[in-house]
Amino acid sequence: MSITRRQLLILLPAAAVAWKSILAGTPEASPNYNMTEHWWGMLVDITKCIGCGSCVRACQMENQVPDGYFRTWVERYHVSDYDIENPKVDSPDGGKNGFPPATASDGKNFFVPKMCNHCADSPCTQVCPVGATFVSPDGVVLVDQKYCLGCRYCVQACPYGCRFVDPKKKTAQKCTLCYHRITKGLTTACCENCPTGARQLADLKNPNDPIHEFLKTHSVQVLKPYLATRSKLFYNGLDGSVR
Amino acid sequence: MQIPVEGFMYPNEVELQWSVLIVLYPFLTGLVAGAFILASLERVFMVKAVKPTYRLALLTALAFLIVAPLPLQLHLGHPERSFEMYLTPHRSSAMAMFGFVYLWYLLAVLVVEIWLDYRRDIVVMSQCTTGWKRLVYRVLTLGSTNISERSLHIDERVGWLVTVIGIPSAFLLHGYVGFIFGSVKANPWWSSPLMPVVFLFSAMVSGIAIVMLLYMLMCRLRREPIDMDCVDTVAKYLFYTFIIDFSLEMLDLIHRIYEADESFRSLDFMVHTRLFLSQVVIQILLGTVLPILLIGVTQVVKLAAEQRKRIYVVAGCLTMIGIFAMRWNVVIGGQLFSKSFLGYTTYKMGFVTREGLLTAIVLTVLPFVILGVLVKLLPPWPEKKSAISSVAVAAYGAD
Repeated sequence: MSITRRQLLILLPAAAVAWKSILAGTPEASPNYNMTEHWWGMLVDITKCIGCGSCVRACQMENQVPDGYFRTWVERYHVSDYDIENPKVDSPDGGKNGFPPATASDGKNFFVPKMCNHCADSPCTQVCPVGATFVSPDGVVLVDQKYCLGCRYCVQACPYGCRFVDPKKKTAQKCTLCYHRITKGLTTACCENCPTGARQLADLKNPNDPIHEFLKTHSVQVLKPYLATRSKLFYNGLDGSVR
Repeated sequence: MQIPVEGFMYPNEVELQWSVLIVLYPFLTGLVAGAFILASLERVFMVKAVKPTYRLALLTALAFLIVAPLPLQLHLGHPERSFEMYLTPHRSSAMAMFGFVYLWYLLAVLVVEIWLDYRRDIVVMSQCTTGWKRLVYRVLTLGSTNISERSLHIDERVGWLVTVIGIPSAFLLHGYVGFIFGSVKANPWWSSPLMPVVFLFSAMVSGIAIVMLLYMLMCRLRREPIDMDCVDTVAKYLFYTFIIDFSLEMLDLIHRIYEADESFRSLDFMVHTRLFLSQVVIQILLGTVLPILLIGVTQVVKLAAEQRKRIYVVAGCLTMIGIFAMRWNVVIGGQLFSKSFLGYTTYKMGFVTREGLLTAIVLTVLPFVILGVLVKLLPPWPEKKSAISSVAVAAYGAD
């Protein structure tokens, strides 16, 4: 069989596309997982957080997070009785190794675990010039590492400071809600390692998920609600001073 | 490298994401848009006094437009993937549209207008020159060697139409750069509907100022007298545009001070400390108020030509510094405070690094080198044109 020049010109781009998809490889299979059956979020109970940093350490190990960057971190708030609008906040090394003893005797201290809010109307995915970051059908904000340009616009657009650019990969990184785990029926590394159950993975599409009962019976808040990002990181016991 | 932090920053915020190269990007595109709008004054709005700057303004716009995407490319973590913006653009992203606006402006507006305006000269030069120059001009003719009166008349009409299309395109080019910042709702320093308008007017200010300075510089280098009527008119437009630009910036500032929302205390602190020199001293006082006052003096007091020239040079240079400071304060200033409004970080600029000062200097000088080549290749001077005309008459007859 001989190929004409015209046929070759048609075949070459098709072959290039096919070769590109072969090189890209196939994603890790989760045969029993159906994206459309889930809508993931997380519940953080501030009243239970003890600031031990287990979640931060677990996340860094599970996801090989580079030193000095954080997919999740813990902040300690100190709110004085006399100046509730100006809290003192610290988070030494993202709270990875816990916190030194609090020095101030007045006011109140509490810990606030932070991570990607997996917003349904996420400002970060809106600005990505190539759509490398997106909200998956099951409500998780992800980044396609093979597609990200590293322009950092998404980092600027995130109101919660949850993104960074990996110094080696030069692409945007963030919490994936341990997507490689939750699609296999596991919980996230941070939830798994929280000794007090302050973090709970929540599937809002699952009617049997305890999140529904919790949301019915508790006063729950999200961070920066005025930005209307439809955050799915729900906080119980969130103080008004938390930013 | 430890970055000094004051108060509390979210841990991922300590390092600045956008460097001095991203300061350069709106600065360069602003010069493009401003220079083009100045050129359109002559072509569309029939301001004949600025005619000596018309071609120079177009070439200046082209030189800066060629360099404008380079800081972005150098900044990207994966520049090799940047072409994906054309192949799979994300339509909700302001940045994604830049590629298209840029290409439209470069290929459909600026290059076409320059080519149409120079086509006659190019054809004549392709006949009069020898060696590699002849080859270059022959390529530039694109095979179109008809310079009959009718053909040139068509060039003129089409060129006018391209300029008319070019004006909203220039507005789009830079207004949209402002939108890239103004639409980031996470950042109160940037998030403002006034941002595209402020960017647009500051672009016009910087573009007019650079063409005015370049025109005077080139006249001096060529030992030609400066057309004072032209420079006075350009300065007058600079003055009016500057007043609008300054009013808009002050409106934004007063609005922020009066509203004093939750971010105000943080931003106010920044302006009084980390940005005091670059914003209050350099941008507002030296880079805006002083040049407005200087040019204002020439508008109300009758001064000798030599004095006016000196004032224009000083005011033009101060304007360029002020507009660069404005870009700096927007881009860098917008990243110095925490989105928690509880702390402040510091920008540490490298020198010989990919996004360092040296790269920024090279990228600032590069457009002038390109402009030098363009001016050599396509002289914007009327006397050259007349010299060419005589050759053209000899070569092609009166037709």
